[in-house]
Amino acid sequence: MRQTVTSWGNLAMVEHDVETPRFREEAGSLLTTLVARTGTVLPHGLGRSYGDSAFNGGGGLLVTRHMDRCHAFDANTGVLRADAGLSLADLHTITVPRGWFVAVTPGTKFVTLGGAVANDVHGKNHHAAGTFGHHVRALGLRRSDGSLRTCGPDNDPDLFRATIGGLGLTGLIEWVEIQLQPITSSDMEVENMRFDHVDRFFDLAAESLDWPYNVAWVDCLSQGAALGRGIFSRGRHAVSGPLTAHPGGRTLAVPLTPPISLINRPTLRAFNTAYYNRPGASFAGRCHFDGFFYPLDGVLHWNRVYGPRGFYQYQCVIPPGTARDAVRELLARIAAAGTGSCLVVLKNFGDGAPAGLLSFPMAGTTLALDFPNHGSRTLGLLADLDSVVATAGGRLYPAKDARMPASLFTAGYPALADFRHHIDPAFMSDFWRRMGQVPERSARA
Amino acid sequence: MSEISHGGQPQTVVVLGATSAVAERYARLQAAQGARLVLAGRDPRRLDAIAADLRARGAAYVHLAVHDLASPSAGFDAAWAEMASKLGGRVDTALLAYGILGDQKAAEGDIAEMTRQLNTNMISACAWLTVAANQMERQGQGTLIAIASVAGDRGRKSNYVYGAAKGGLALFAQGMAHRFAGTNVKVLTVKPGFIDTPMTDGLAKGGPLWATPEKVAADIDRAARRGATTLYTPWFWMGIMMIIRNLPSFVFNRMKI
Repeated sequence: MRQTVTSWGNLAMVEHDVETPRFREEAGSLLTTLVARTGTVLPHGLGRSYGDSAFNGGGGLLVTRHMDRCHAFDANTGVLRADAGLSLADLHTITVPRGWFVAVTPGTKFVTLGGAVANDVHGKNHHAAGTFGHHVRALGLRRSDGSLRTCGPDNDPDLFRATIGGLGLTGLIEWVEIQLQPITSSDMEVENMRFDHVDRFFDLAAESLDWPYNVAWVDCLSQGAALGRGIFSRGRHAVSGPLTAHPGGRTLAVPLTPPISLINRPTLRAFNTAYYNRPGASFAGRCHFDGFFYPLDGVLHWNRVYGPRGFYQYQCVIPPGTARDAVRELLARIAAAGTGSCLVVLKNFGDGAPAGLLSFPMAGTTLALDFPNHGSRTLGLLADLDSVVATAGGRLYPAKDARMPASLFTAGYPALADFRHHIDPAFMSDFWRRMGQVPERSARA
Repeated sequence: MSEISHGGQPQTVVVLGATSAVAERYARLQAAQGARLVLAGRDPRRLDAIAADLRARGAAYVHLAVHDLASPSAGFDAAWAEMASKLGGRVDTALLAYGILGDQKAAEGDIAEMTRQLNTNMISACAWLTVAANQMERQGQGTLIAIASVAGDRGRKSNYVYGAAKGGLALFAQGMAHRFAGTNVKVLTVKPGFIDTPMTDGLAKGGPLWATPEKVAADIDRAARRGATTLYTPWFWMGIMMIIRNLPSFVFNRMKI
């Protein structure tokens, strides 16, 4: 069925030939159908990728979100196997009441298991637990030749490592088996601390390594002596308390897209000043994990606040040796441009070995923020940031990207050459075409 | 809300048409409360996948009953008795959720096809309601839920064979609700609007009139617990259908709906 699909950044509406299997047993034949009709296919989950990594414009898109059944959950061992379309929100309704939580969670619960694997998502506990892929025990991969490959860390490990963070290009992940972490409460113990300059962030991060979850919010407009001031937040699962998957209370929604972006310099400055000075910025106490991990999920369709032109998210990671200087430089350029977003995330990654060939996280510091799309003005600033990242030896996150130059991608991901051997010839994405990773004959006109 | 009734036993639920998207979401809500379920449907592989999921979600027991629900080879009485026996002879809730959208044009030109559609969506459904209601009458308690449709509120050229069947089913269930008024047997007629499911994949979707199966299932669960007899879901369909039902023919018959 012809359908237009948009991604989380709302930068484009892209037409696809879409099939949406409800049952895993249908997935293989629908995959074949799409390849026969359009030549290429890409799996697509809940559409939380920001740019074009989950688009395959003009080609086939296999939407997995209705393929959402749990196969088995062992409440004694915390091992869960489920269809790739199961969301983390739904997973937690099954596991949290019985004392289990995903070992790694991104900043939204509205992602599928398949998407979490294909982007090898990370969370606030990267320094302690690595990425989502580190906790995958096995997965079932449907290739376009009809075969179903079961792989894991010890079973077909090369294909497994290519599929972790493989952007959906190695085949259709039909099911995933993961190891959960035990929890004895759905509450978190949280400490928030203000810091008045970005340099202080690095000290706090170093002092907080024994906390499993660390992250900082940064005021991206502050300059000079207050450059990169923000709030450092650290947390751990509370030892005792209730075990509820979802807290009570109303979910809000942005009902429609306003004609212009509501995020601009005056609103951003007002928000950042109020947020930095709010009483909760310096706080020690408890809250449900939902508010700690998924603050933006409380407002459905929050991406609409950027207006009809959408927004770019920019997330980079800079290696430890250059991180302090490069992060300071990035923040200075952003503040001078007077743009950015309410939510700006700064975090130190750990130095463990990556789970996948194309995994984004590596040892160093990651900075993530949004920019309302003002066309060439925004693209110019982002190109400026690119040069800082490239000089510092950093790289960008494909799941967040809609515009990085292919040279930056190639320079940032040295395992690309290995990865290429594992790509399924029928799988393709707009991101992959844009990165020039396609032989000319199959590139879209 | 507690699902525990009569002596701490978990609720027992029969789902007729368990592979339908709404029925599966309804079953998930019951499974999370530790219910004991019988899933009836035609496709054993799909029923298997659903059953595994419901067990993981907390169902205390799941039994699969593979039947062509439009014409069970064992007959309605025997097939029902077997399902009820798997639940210890007591059925707290029966959800009737199967149906086909049917091809209106094909039914206009072919009596056999028209009869088949009426049998699937109405006659066989009324047979299941009858055997289930008799069971609940014997128990002196129970909730019967029949999924009809807003299409049954007024005949339209685009789908009157489907509409007549669903309208007939709704009238039948309404009569049963009257029969059991004042007792502990409740009969709920559900009239959903457009639901985003595989059954409606041929239609252009999107927009405010379309609801998810999760939303419809949650509405059904709440209405059944309340003891309601009629549910339009989402709620605004009650207003829409009141207008549609009351449009004079000289207006209605000019409309292309």
